[in-house]
Amino acid sequence: MTTDATTAGGDDKIRCDACPVMCYIKPGAAGACDRYANHNGELVRVDPHIVLERTVSHGGRLVPFQAGGGDWDGKLVHEPNVFVTAIGAGTTYPDYKPAPFIVSSEIDGVDMVTVVTEGIFSYCGVKVKIDTDRHLGPETATVRAQGEAIGHVTTGEYGSQMLSLGGVHHLTGGSKKEGRVTCDALMDLSNCKPVELTIDGGATVVVQAGYPPIVNGVAEERMRVGCGSATIGMFAKQWHGKVDEVVVVDDHITGVLSEHQAGKLLDIPDTGIKMKGRRSTPGRYFQVAEPGTGWGGTKISDPLSVLGPFNPREARPGLTMLMVSTTGEHAAYYVLDEALRPVETEMPPDLKLSVERIQENCEPALCTVLFMGGAGGSLRAGVTDNPVRLTRSVKDALTRVTSGGAPVYVWPGGGITFMVDVTQMPAGAFGYVPTPALVAPIEFTLKLSDYAALGGHMDYVRPLASLRDSTEIRPMPGRRA
Amino acid sequence: MKRLPQSALLPDGKRLHLQDGPIDLIIEAKGKPAEIRAAYDAAARRFTGLLDELCEELTALRRAADPAQCSLKGVVARRMHAAVAPYATDHFITPMAAVAGSVAEEILVAMLGAAQLDRAYVNNGGDIALHLTSGEHFTVGLMDRPDRHGLMRTMIVNADSPIRGIATSGRHGRSFSLGIADAVTVLARTASEADAAATIIANAVDLPGHPAVIRCPANALQPDSDLGARPVTRDVGPLAESEIEAALRAGVHTAQQLLATGLIEGAALRLLGETVLMGSTSATPALHAHRGNRTESAVHA
Repeated sequence: MTTDATTAGGDDKIRCDACPVMCYIKPGAAGACDRYANHNGELVRVDPHIVLERTVSHGGRLVPFQAGGGDWDGKLVHEPNVFVTAIGAGTTYPDYKPAPFIVSSEIDGVDMVTVVTEGIFSYCGVKVKIDTDRHLGPETATVRAQGEAIGHVTTGEYGSQMLSLGGVHHLTGGSKKEGRVTCDALMDLSNCKPVELTIDGGATVVVQAGYPPIVNGVAEERMRVGCGSATIGMFAKQWHGKVDEVVVVDDHITGVLSEHQAGKLLDIPDTGIKMKGRRSTPGRYFQVAEPGTGWGGTKISDPLSVLGPFNPREARPGLTMLMVSTTGEHAAYYVLDEALRPVETEMPPDLKLSVERIQENCEPALCTVLFMGGAGGSLRAGVTDNPVRLTRSVKDALTRVTSGGAPVYVWPGGGITFMVDVTQMPAGAFGYVPTPALVAPIEFTLKLSDYAALGGHMDYVRPLASLRDSTEIRPMPGRRA
Repeated sequence: MKRLPQSALLPDGKRLHLQDGPIDLIIEAKGKPAEIRAAYDAAARRFTGLLDELCEELTALRRAADPAQCSLKGVVARRMHAAVAPYATDHFITPMAAVAGSVAEEILVAMLGAAQLDRAYVNNGGDIALHLTSGEHFTVGLMDRPDRHGLMRTMIVNADSPIRGIATSGRHGRSFSLGIADAVTVLARTASEADAAATIIANAVDLPGHPAVIRCPANALQPDSDLGARPVTRDVGPLAESEIEAALRAGVHTAQQLLATGLIEGAALRLLGETVLMGSTSATPALHAHRGNRTESAVHA
């Protein structure tokens, strides 16, 4: 396959573009880093094969070579729970050759097989959850990295903004540059590196798995405690008797204490407040302001702009009002003057406390990245002669699927489509080939007998011990972030 | 998107791992926690873009060094040149022979500019820059089989010794060797000087024209190798004891000259189970003697 990386002459050497050294690599040889190699004209990653010790606790210790310095006792595996991951297994593209390592180890008398391969995922993508109320961009808006379209905004769910990035159309359907930029962004996001994304008609956001999002240059601290209406419900009792009116400003549903069901139950009298926006049910307003990065995910900086004039039949001079955002980051206290105009005044200490309570109840805002990949026909062929049997075996729960040793969610339905939290995976688990496509580890673990039954490449099964000399042993990670 | 190096603490929570392209650094600093943090931050900051800096002058760095003058611009590139220049009159050597040690030194310099540390090292794939303050020392283990437990020998580097750099060169490493040594480990005042000297001594451990030594033009293996078509060692077949001695003797001869001129402080040369120790490598005997019971001889210059 000819790609950007194969520009050099006619003698099959390729030029690696993984780093600025730009090595020319001959077929069968590796570059200066020993990480990338020329495999039949394809640039592939060939990191040392990684074996993870499965430890329950975080930061488990290393399994040393021939621990204790004593003579070998003849056991295949010293520590009972060594798990082989696919990181650095190398790819076998095209995929009809058996996967590079098919490992058997004896654990608790059961012959286990872990078929270890690094899949090339040319249709893969990532789903990004960004904990922020701030408006990042309209639904379906294009998400860009370095100006190239790499995905789109899907929706907001429970106080988080969701992006869908990558997928076959951006990786291989657009221009060469679009594919390359998409591949880079997916790999960096999956390797827990920061990536700057710009959204058409919206914000610029720096996303890094396990870290707070940085929206238009400002790091987000907290998720909102709930929508404005939910906040009224949660804090109504604490406000009762301390203030006449509370407005919780929110991009989605703004809550008004005196009108809200929670206020009615506490017999809070009407205040003559007049909200802009569209009333949904009593005390709950949609669209009080355009979305933005100001108060409560709206674009306002002056909260009074969401209010109309107070109704003189119910309002009175001296009436007090708290306005607060759903994260407690913005708050102001007002008293109505003789003309029933709200005048900002120093906030009483007990109300300050309630604002702090809102802040305290907001969870830290994070970005989370789920890698989504699928084991297509060709990848499965590296595992068995009859690929569909592997799919059935996974569905029947006879075969366990993991990615870099991390648990995955296998999406029901056809094929083997899985999602994995990238922060659960070892550092640097993802690589790429210039197809462009991501290279990610995937392991299938099953009983040796079941492996034989589904048409496994039995001739290529290797005992775990045979990997020891050529492998790097790392502790099984807990959460990396 | 800027290409950022990998930067992470190793699972022990103490050592910092930095990686970019072919450069892999393991770093450890000893001192107050805030100082360590400042040092690690400085290391990561200096490391970012360092590879790009080098690659800008890569073509010049891959050419034979001029012993008289240096036209390179980058601080690391100039350090590489300075380290190889003493050999450039008599040998073919490019600044690339000192790249690993020079990078290690540069990162250590950045760390020490940002923090007060009792002790620190930057290990760039076996080429190591050291920092020691009064009363501190490093214990350095020599290993012949990294896949086995035993150490061949340990050496103590004290703060009052001039040694601040350690480097190893040989035919098994990532870069090619013109000689047949399994490993030549050099102790020198700086990591870049150790790196260049290890290359020169490892090249000197040789049996020119011996049929058991398989060689191949460097550029047949790596098209852009700085060694061009020079024959690099691919394999060494069985050698008679006298042949091993002769090859080591050639290396010892070169190392003695370097010791005499102060370019190195010590060296350990290893070929097919035979080890020769020179200069300030005396120190303690091995903690765990190797079971193979291979012979060792010490030559003091």
